[in-house]
Amino acid sequence: MPFIPHTDADRAEMLAAIGVDSIDALFADIPPELRCGELNVAPGQSEQEVFARMQQLASRNATDLTLFLGGGFYDHYVPAAVDAVITRSEFYTAYTPYQPEASQGTLQTIYEYQSALCRLTDMEVANASLYDGGTALYEAVMMALRITGRNRVIVDEGVSPIYRTMLRSYTTNLGIELNEIPTSRGRADREQIHEVLGDNTAAVVLANPNFFGCLDDLTELGEAIHEHGALMIVSTYPIALGLVKTPGAMGADIVTGEGQSLGLPLSFGGPYLGFMTSLTKHVRKMPGRICGRTVDAKGREGFVLTLQAREQHIRREKATSNICTNQNLCALTALVYLSLLGKQGLVQLAQVCADKAHYAYERLIAIRNVRMRFPGRWFFNEFVLELPSPAKVVISHLLERGIAAGFPLSRYYDGMDNCLLLAVTETRTKEQIDRLASAVEASL
Amino acid sequence: MKLIFDKSVPGRQAVRPTCSDIDTPVELAPHLLRDRPAELPELSELDVVRHFTALSRQNFGVDSGFYPLGSCTMKYNPKIADKVARLPGFADLHPLLPQLPGGAGLVRGALAVLHKCDLLLREICGMAEFTLQPLAGAHGELTGVMMMAAYHRDRGNDKRTVLIPDSGHGTNPASAAIAGFAIKTIPSDQNGLMSMDALAEAVDDNVAGVMLTCPNTLGLFNPHIHDICRMIHDVDGLMYCDGANLNAMLGRCRPGDLGFDIVHVNLHKTFATPHGGGGPGAGPVGVVERLVDYLPISVVRMRDDGSYTLDYDRPKSVGYTAPFYGSFGVITRAVAYMLMLGRDGLKAVADHATLNANYIRCKLRDHYDLPHDRICKHECVFSASRQAANGVRAMDIAKALIDRGIHPPTVYFPLTVKEAMMVEPTETESKETLDTFIDTMIELAQLAETDPQAFAAMPATTPVCRLDEVRAARTPDLASLSDHA
Amino acid sequence: MNIPDDLNYTEQHEWVRFADGVATVGISDFAQDAFGDLVFVDLPPLDKEFVRGDEVIAMESTKAAASVYAPVSGKVVEVNERLVDDPGLVNSDCYGEGWMFKLAAPDPAGLDDLMDAAGYEAFLTGLEED
Repeated sequence: MPFIPHTDADRAEMLAAIGVDSIDALFADIPPELRCGELNVAPGQSEQEVFARMQQLASRNATDLTLFLGGGFYDHYVPAAVDAVITRSEFYTAYTPYQPEASQGTLQTIYEYQSALCRLTDMEVANASLYDGGTALYEAVMMALRITGRNRVIVDEGVSPIYRTMLRSYTTNLGIELNEIPTSRGRADREQIHEVLGDNTAAVVLANPNFFGCLDDLTELGEAIHEHGALMIVSTYPIALGLVKTPGAMGADIVTGEGQSLGLPLSFGGPYLGFMTSLTKHVRKMPGRICGRTVDAKGREGFVLTLQAREQHIRREKATSNICTNQNLCALTALVYLSLLGKQGLVQLAQVCADKAHYAYERLIAIRNVRMRFPGRWFFNEFVLELPSPAKVVISHLLERGIAAGFPLSRYYDGMDNCLLLAVTETRTKEQIDRLASAVEASL
Repeated sequence: MKLIFDKSVPGRQAVRPTCSDIDTPVELAPHLLRDRPAELPELSELDVVRHFTALSRQNFGVDSGFYPLGSCTMKYNPKIADKVARLPGFADLHPLLPQLPGGAGLVRGALAVLHKCDLLLREICGMAEFTLQPLAGAHGELTGVMMMAAYHRDRGNDKRTVLIPDSGHGTNPASAAIAGFAIKTIPSDQNGLMSMDALAEAVDDNVAGVMLTCPNTLGLFNPHIHDICRMIHDVDGLMYCDGANLNAMLGRCRPGDLGFDIVHVNLHKTFATPHGGGGPGAGPVGVVERLVDYLPISVVRMRDDGSYTLDYDRPKSVGYTAPFYGSFGVITRAVAYMLMLGRDGLKAVADHATLNANYIRCKLRDHYDLPHDRICKHECVFSASRQAANGVRAMDIAKALIDRGIHPPTVYFPLTVKEAMMVEPTETESKETLDTFIDTMIELAQLAETDPQAFAAMPATTPVCRLDEVRAARTPDLASLSDHA
Repeated sequence: MNIPDDLNYTEQHEWVRFADGVATVGISDFAQDAFGDLVFVDLPPLDKEFVRGDEVIAMESTKAAASVYAPVSGKVVEVNERLVDDPGLVNSDCYGEGWMFKLAAPDPAGLDDLMDAAGYEAFLTGLEED
């Protein structure tokens, strides 16, 4: 049997030691009427056969498209050293660092990851990571409810519609009032938010850049939020933070986001990385694992999981979250990626993304009847075009030419049938952008 | 070891991003920009690789040695599964493609993998259908209890309580609580099983369901499971199976046949995907026929012509619990593993996991207290009470094992056993490995009698010895912030 | 086990001292020992009203979390701010510097479910036998 080392002699000796005559006897405690017959599963296959079969399935996926598709999930280049580091089996095949002395590698990388995310977002504390950007945002909302003891949450519709649907699912049963506010010309609607902000508001959830790619300075809005004793939660895109003003500098209380762009493959939706950073004063209300630096009995510096009294294995139904572990290998990936790019590299990368996106924008709005949906708004590497015909039709045409031209916003927003959300990363070339522009023009 | 930030030398850079082929760089409005770059490390590529290589050597994984961490199923992670998941046809696939017009046709292979995983899990667990969305075991629990809530809401039931045995994983009550339920804890009886008397007393019309680990966290199969299910179904409650211990059931019995309505499966445990130092995992959830409508959006459907589609039109669904289709990279690995095992291989897993656990149980029962000394399934729980009377606690034995090249068992869980040491050897360990572990544990039991003070200095072979957890929690140092902060 | 004679005790292991209409509350030596090194004490806001049995304080050790309940009903008039920076005071001096909060509360007369030192000692003995 694959991966099972036992010989007949082993089995015989072990059964004798146990004092039973067959393996069946070890299952005698299962009442006979509850046992199952032979599973209706095909016989096992060799490694070579399985690889061939999976390779065949992989070949049925369209990964040769030129992607201008983002929506929060981006096609960035992953340096080879990332995989070389994270596939070291001491990282790869370990579990949660329950025994800190035997897990200093994992623990120090968590501490460094927490540090890197704090530096990136200009915040004071981070947890060891959550499942993805959407669950991280949900956890941030729950955290804000715990901190404030209030039960109303205002959500700007510029926040990813994927995350907003998740937020609605998770809060269905909890008697929480979710107040979703449409954007105003591509950014958070100050007027509307001011109007609904009240003393029962736990948090206002914002995004920068938002789902439309638009950039905003949320500082003043944050001040208004704080005046009502509410918290500002900001969902962000970490590559953009190479250039753009940080949530910390805008006064955010909790920052979350999807870390996929930090060296993780798109992998059809996961595994991804939810990150969360916050302020020291809120740390005991934070969900998830947190690693801390301390000393050992001989005074040597070391790392442990700490503040564990927040967590489910101690507090059970009173825990800050039910999350048990973190997305550790994904967090390590992000740390290695950020370390390889380094202080200057992240700035350079963000600039290249912005440059190419703005070039694409210039090329596309030069096409007759194509215009910017949110004129005057700054964007980072993603923007919304208003086309003279339904975006879905244009996307279909371009898919036939091997180009995934972007995302049709009509899927999530009313009145945006002709709106196309396009993302450009460093992996696109000028030539590909020119080809995109020609193809869009030809399709109209 | 020095933090990577403290090794930084201004001006160094490992990876240079591609140069822009655009002539005119864009200048964004200054008020939208950060005022200085994030203080990330400045190192050469070799510096970075050496830093992490050195850290990896301060770690212990399944590939390093025996890892009998109870409840975690630390079995061998076949390398082929990683090779499969890294195929560009899977790894480079954008999750929004199916939402484009005609998009299902762009991801046919990926949808086939998801569908295959669903079908395999249905058969293995005896369930009508699975959602693959949950991103970890605990996330599966949450998804499961959300479906429980949706079911009762739909039927107009006003049920607020979930019953959980005191031996259950802490995630069970935490998951049920954040889904809005009140928790009632059911004590264990002297046999280590959920007390039938206490259960009978607790069951009333207010009970939404029971969350039960099967076999339980002591590694014991509950022979009353059928009666429990009947009792709960009689009040229109649902039976939730925490499938953390599915490894012991493969091909022997199925949660669906036992009477469970909902089960979550930990692909990173039972189906051998790497634990990654604590994630990513995956926690697909299976349900019986009458709960299929509540599964999260979306589900994969096979059309009559054999093509696949994603069903988003699910009015009774609990909604979206994950952004897309689950931990696809983990699912791909698990499917490869299941295909390699096949029918006989799956059963052999349960058989040998159980054989290994019982072998250890019998070989160590004279040396350590065994509160429930009878046939166990994939794991057995010892108590270090006898040693603790001499001043050597379960944690001390754990530290001594580290010095001897063995990862310790889970200690102090389940909470129902004092000085618990929960040993789960898994099926992939050979008799020689088990014998070494057994000999080591016997040696430590003897040392606990002859020289109990010796344990205080252990572990001595690791980069640090016992760490000051009180200091870590009293004066938290959770990040190295830049000097500007 | 230190059980001062001049205090009253609850089954949740709080101690309470009555003086001049104020009830001072902490946790017993037994409780601090069983709980282990305190690392965090979440103090209640001043002026908050509690009914007997309400959770007043959430406290944490490295391995556990627990609550301290109001042994009598009353309004919080003072909290031991020193515990914020030095929760270990509860371990080192639970009846002195490790006190937790004070409630404005009437005389103990009539509160016969509070135990005296002898009663609490008997209660602890009973626990051990279980």
